[in-house]
Amino acid sequence: MKFIDEYQNSELAKGLAKRIATQSTKPIRLMEFCGGHTHAIMRYGIRQLVPKTVEMRSGPGCPVCVTATADLDKAIALAHLPKVIITTFGDMIRVPGSYSSLQQARAEGADIRVVYSTIDAVEIAKANPEKSVIFIGIGFETTAPTIAASILKAQREKIENFHVLSLNKLTPPVMKALLDLGEVKLDGIICPGHVSVTIGSHPYEFIPKNYGVACVISGFEPLDILLCIDKLVEQIENGQPGVEIAYSRGVKPEGNPKALELMGKVFEIGEANWRGIGAVPQSGLKIRREYGHFDADKAFSGLLRFAGSDKPAKEPKGCRCGDVVRGAAMPPECKLFRKVCTPERPIGPCMVSSEGACAAYYQYESSSSSPYSSPLKGEVR
Amino acid sequence: MGQAMSDTILLAHGSGGKLSHDLVQKRFLPFLANPALNKLDDSAIFEASGRLAFTTDSYVVNPIFFPSGDIGKLAVCGTVNDLSMSGAKPVYLSLSMIIEEGLPLDELDRVVQSIKTAAEEAEVQIITGDTKVVNQGQADKLFINTSGIGIIPLGIDISGANAKAGDKVILSGTIGDHGIAIMSQREGLRFSVPVESDCAPLSKLVSQMLEASSRIHCLRDPTRGGLATTLNEFAQQSNVGIMIEEDKIPITEGVRAACELLGLDPICVANEGKLVAIVEPEDADKVLTQMKQNGYGRDAAIIGEVTNDHPGRVVMKTKLGPSRIINMPSGELLPRIC
Repeated sequence: MKFIDEYQNSELAKGLAKRIATQSTKPIRLMEFCGGHTHAIMRYGIRQLVPKTVEMRSGPGCPVCVTATADLDKAIALAHLPKVIITTFGDMIRVPGSYSSLQQARAEGADIRVVYSTIDAVEIAKANPEKSVIFIGIGFETTAPTIAASILKAQREKIENFHVLSLNKLTPPVMKALLDLGEVKLDGIICPGHVSVTIGSHPYEFIPKNYGVACVISGFEPLDILLCIDKLVEQIENGQPGVEIAYSRGVKPEGNPKALELMGKVFEIGEANWRGIGAVPQSGLKIRREYGHFDADKAFSGLLRFAGSDKPAKEPKGCRCGDVVRGAAMPPECKLFRKVCTPERPIGPCMVSSEGACAAYYQYESSSSSPYSSPLKGEVR
Repeated sequence: MGQAMSDTILLAHGSGGKLSHDLVQKRFLPFLANPALNKLDDSAIFEASGRLAFTTDSYVVNPIFFPSGDIGKLAVCGTVNDLSMSGAKPVYLSLSMIIEEGLPLDELDRVVQSIKTAAEEAEVQIITGDTKVVNQGQADKLFINTSGIGIIPLGIDISGANAKAGDKVILSGTIGDHGIAIMSQREGLRFSVPVESDCAPLSKLVSQMLEASSRIHCLRDPTRGGLATTLNEFAQQSNVGIMIEEDKIPITEGVRAACELLGLDPICVANEGKLVAIVEPEDADKVLTQMKQNGYGRDAAIIGEVTNDHPGRVVMKTKLGPSRIINMPSGELLPRIC
């Protein structure tokens, strides 16, 4: 397949792996920020291709995993309000909150629908004028422009019953938070590909400058990731950390101005709550006052308080998802991993999402198999 | 309103009275007629001897019509294939329908027509049946159950527990077509290369394979859960390891592109017209050549072999060289968001 096969060529991969092995003399630790990278690294066996000197850690780049339990509880509470339809990306519905999950709420009668695009959520609002349709906005700079576009569409078409619970988060600020924390010493970061399509390479420049950590933006095919590791090793070995793009077919240094403009028009930057990290200043996207009507937080906060849905959030006992998203623990280091916590009965979000590190480890490196369950959403027979 | 009402299934169609009678006489018998069914007695009576295979399955697919198939074709092919995977030649099916009130009659006709077509191709007769009508909301348009009886030829012993080290793993064609076709239809995803369901009866393919060799040890159709599930079942039932090679697995451009786009693993996606065979190594080429003669086995390939290493587990050599474990998929397959 054109534009895919070229990036999965095994001869080129072997060549790159060899070059990395030749170049790499000292032990280094890299973090892949993005859950999509974690998945690809495990799926293609990239850990087996790189030399033992290169240690890889997963970071806080799975949108579902970093959503704070309190925010998830709020989404579940919204789902229980009368005349509300919740629309969300698929993985979200299975994540356990403090007391319930969206899936559980759906089984109890709440109207919760999985959508593939924010525009679908707007269409659902259009088709159900008597209901309030709330989209649970999760994700990074990848999904934020599409959510902004959906709000603008709703405004343009006067679809007043469309709302967004904005839990959207920003990548560079949380990288800074992790580096400031200093818990996991990093030499290089595999920077997210799709996020960087939007934001470009400039926003990472403070990382090599202030922290001496190498940054290379990678695509999601195996050759992209190997090339990225190659460039990171080269930067680190030479003692010259910088920001490079190893995904030039997707990423320009200045990013995508149109997407950035949309984001800036609808959202302003504010604090966000991250699972495992806590409140990180300047790391979230809030809906601007001009679009306040579409902000589910504003529109429903009174109703939520009235419904008494403000019980304190609590984390699942023994779950180390918080440590996993910081890169402070590898999934098998969690006592629950594979014993209590499995994709069928996930305790924490990292086991739920296909982009979660625990799910990727479980799927590709487990020693036991899981009982059968349906592979597609809904029946295919 | 009266006009519209008469074109749809009513609760009265399930009452057992005149409308029920008409439904059977006008909408089922003309398509499915055969001596055993035509009698309309409480049971179908038939002669059979030898080793018999008996299976049942229910079909609740949504949507009921999808690219290159519908729930009727699926209900025949699914049960025919389950019989075939035991090495049996399917002969008789039962057909039981649970219809949601309000189903347009022309949709029912289309489903019955495709049941007829699929049954003819598979050379099976539907000899007994039942219909029930339920209130709106109590079923999703149409649910079908089929049970089937097949005859196992002498000397055939096929089971998921029969794989042994050295055996070859043969896959009959491209993977993931059915699952992606359903998903694209259900979610309104459109691809420039449309993906069609591979739903097909495999009974003839299996009898041709058995003519080529009686040393086919395991047969299974990788439906829900895909190739990954079937291979894991073999590995566990036979307590052997299975090693496959990623670049030997046939897959269409359309399915590959859709899976790349959605972040799905095609080996976990459902098929409805494919089979996996574990075959004595010396007979593998012979079986493969025979399979390629049949339209449903045209793209068949040897994708790996059975080994004594890692018993109970399936390992795949990826395109890049490293190997990875293939687990059974768990949970729903959901597109990525990142």
